[in-house]
Amino acid sequence: MTGFDLIAPHLPVLIVVIPLIAGFLTPIVGWIDRRLPWYWVVLAMFVVLLITGNNLVTVINSGTIQYKLGGWDPPFGIEYVIDLLNGFVCLIIAFIAFMVSIYSKESVKKEVPGKTTPFYSVFLLLITGLMGMTITGDIFNFYVFLEISSLTAYALIAMGDRGDGVVASFNYLIMGTVAASFILLGIGYLYAVTDTLNMADMQNILPGVYESKVVLAALAFFMVGFSIKVGLFPLHSWLPDAYTHAPSTASALIAGLMTKVGAYAVIRFMFGVFTPDFVINTTQMTHILAWAAALAIIVGSVLAIAQSDIKRMLAYSSISQIGYILLGVGLANMIGMEGGLLHLLNHALMKCALFLVAGAIFYKTGIRNLYQFKGLGKKMPVTTTVFLIAALSMIGVPGTVGFTSKWYLALGSVDAGQWIFVFVILLSSLLNIVYFWRIFDNIWFGHPHEIENIKRDEAPLTMLIPMVILAFLCVFFGFFAYYPVHYVIEPLSEALLGLGGVP
Amino acid sequence: MSGILDIVYAEYNYWIYVTLMMIGFYAMIAKKNLIKKVIGANIFQTAIFLFYISLSDVTGGTAPILMGGHGGEHAADVIYTNPVPHVLILTAIVVAVSTTAVALALIIRIYNEYGSIEEDVILAARRKLQPEFSEHARQKGVAEVGRQ
Repeated sequence: MTGFDLIAPHLPVLIVVIPLIAGFLTPIVGWIDRRLPWYWVVLAMFVVLLITGNNLVTVINSGTIQYKLGGWDPPFGIEYVIDLLNGFVCLIIAFIAFMVSIYSKESVKKEVPGKTTPFYSVFLLLITGLMGMTITGDIFNFYVFLEISSLTAYALIAMGDRGDGVVASFNYLIMGTVAASFILLGIGYLYAVTDTLNMADMQNILPGVYESKVVLAALAFFMVGFSIKVGLFPLHSWLPDAYTHAPSTASALIAGLMTKVGAYAVIRFMFGVFTPDFVINTTQMTHILAWAAALAIIVGSVLAIAQSDIKRMLAYSSISQIGYILLGVGLANMIGMEGGLLHLLNHALMKCALFLVAGAIFYKTGIRNLYQFKGLGKKMPVTTTVFLIAALSMIGVPGTVGFTSKWYLALGSVDAGQWIFVFVILLSSLLNIVYFWRIFDNIWFGHPHEIENIKRDEAPLTMLIPMVILAFLCVFFGFFAYYPVHYVIEPLSEALLGLGGVP
Repeated sequence: MSGILDIVYAEYNYWIYVTLMMIGFYAMIAKKNLIKKVIGANIFQTAIFLFYISLSDVTGGTAPILMGGHGGEHAADVIYTNPVPHVLILTAIVVAVSTTAVALALIIRIYNEYGSIEEDVILAARRKLQPEFSEHARQKGVAEVGRQ
């Protein structure tokens, strides 16, 4: 028996355990040598990425993985379940976290001077929380991991801009506590009526008690709680400040992942704890979600136009992009759902790339006001090209990832007979052009006499490599959306909507 | 009138928890003092803990500790309360304590930065400190990149 055979059955749980242990060992590593934590984090994230990749391949080939913690059988013990949805989201988390960890080297050294070791420690714990939220099959375990990820996010944001970062973090903490408490309350309600904490078990028991008002109240608490967590429009007030004032690395990580995992949780709770029939037909929750999402898309885009700080603008754009994901879920038909899930991947790639670019520009010039970007195209050609690709992708130009998911979403809206959502998507794309064009304009088209003396001065290689990879993937998945759609998203949408395979 | 009282009395534990929760929620939203906001959050969370604990009660039940102890005869007809919510709430209390700790740490840093823990004062101070994103900077629009 080789060592790998011993570890192989425990691969599912390792994606939570490795970041957890690595996170607590980081202070020791940093104590040995202050330059080591970066290598340590990159190593840990690389291992996690390999394992999540392996998990997803296993799921695609041989179905759902169930892992019983401590050998206790599911309804009594905690169970980790990796199905297509989990595995897919875990891979996104691991990949984005790996890219951000490579990028972080110089950026963290400059923006969080003297605190790199605590930063990386918290970084790894944030990944632990997100991974745990994603793969757990136990509803209370979910709450605990939700709080781990929230607490670490507060800490990361508070390391940002002096003063502003702390205030943003405090506001987020108050909002996040309300959200988490609502979710805890919803869990209590569901436990009261079903006497179980296992998600799959709960889904089996719940249909018998759907006429109970308690279940309706639980659903309402979950939806409000998660809406705060993902920053859905009327409950978004914590998000712009938090994204703006966090350190660049943390912004990219939180913007790329936190809201995606929140969106994953919405999908999981709607279709994995409650049943599709209940949320679609009985309570019309998907319908409500679709309209809220449509509102978020428009309002987020409009507010983004009004911003002059690039990170704040990207944060408002995040609010509108989260709307796309939830619109796809809310449409509740095959194509719309595929669009929403595809946008989960696409938005993680695009928004992470954009925040990394904003961080690289800030690293080199110390400027975040986009009206002062004149001549940047000459100074940082690679960085600004990455920005161009990712921004075009956000707008939804054909050949980039943004186009495929918007196309699916538009088709899904037509399919659902909701022409107004097609109009919303179109209008939002036009608004996207408006707010990104201001930046293109400033970066490449300045007065010649102002920019003629500018020398090329590019960001360091550790920053450029992740950005270029993300930009490449934005284009790659634009042309080859077939791979994620065929292997993951199509079977997943069928399973979620309970269609069980189209004849 | 007695009908309403009967309804309240029959499930008085839920009424208590909802009242407490709303008090906490109000404090979190309406109070300008940051410490009071944190106290509100604590009341809010405690209300939920009480809800869980009252949920676990079984009429006539005793504490969920095995009667008879080690080696003795286990009494078969004892009714125990449900221990699972107790365990869950132990975890949730730990979470609430850590949230409070983080919140207080943030408040200390806010106080060091702005010299106040009143929301109005902090907001006014922040407006004064952010000239670079003002309308003036937008209209100036100079090519500052090249000078770096």
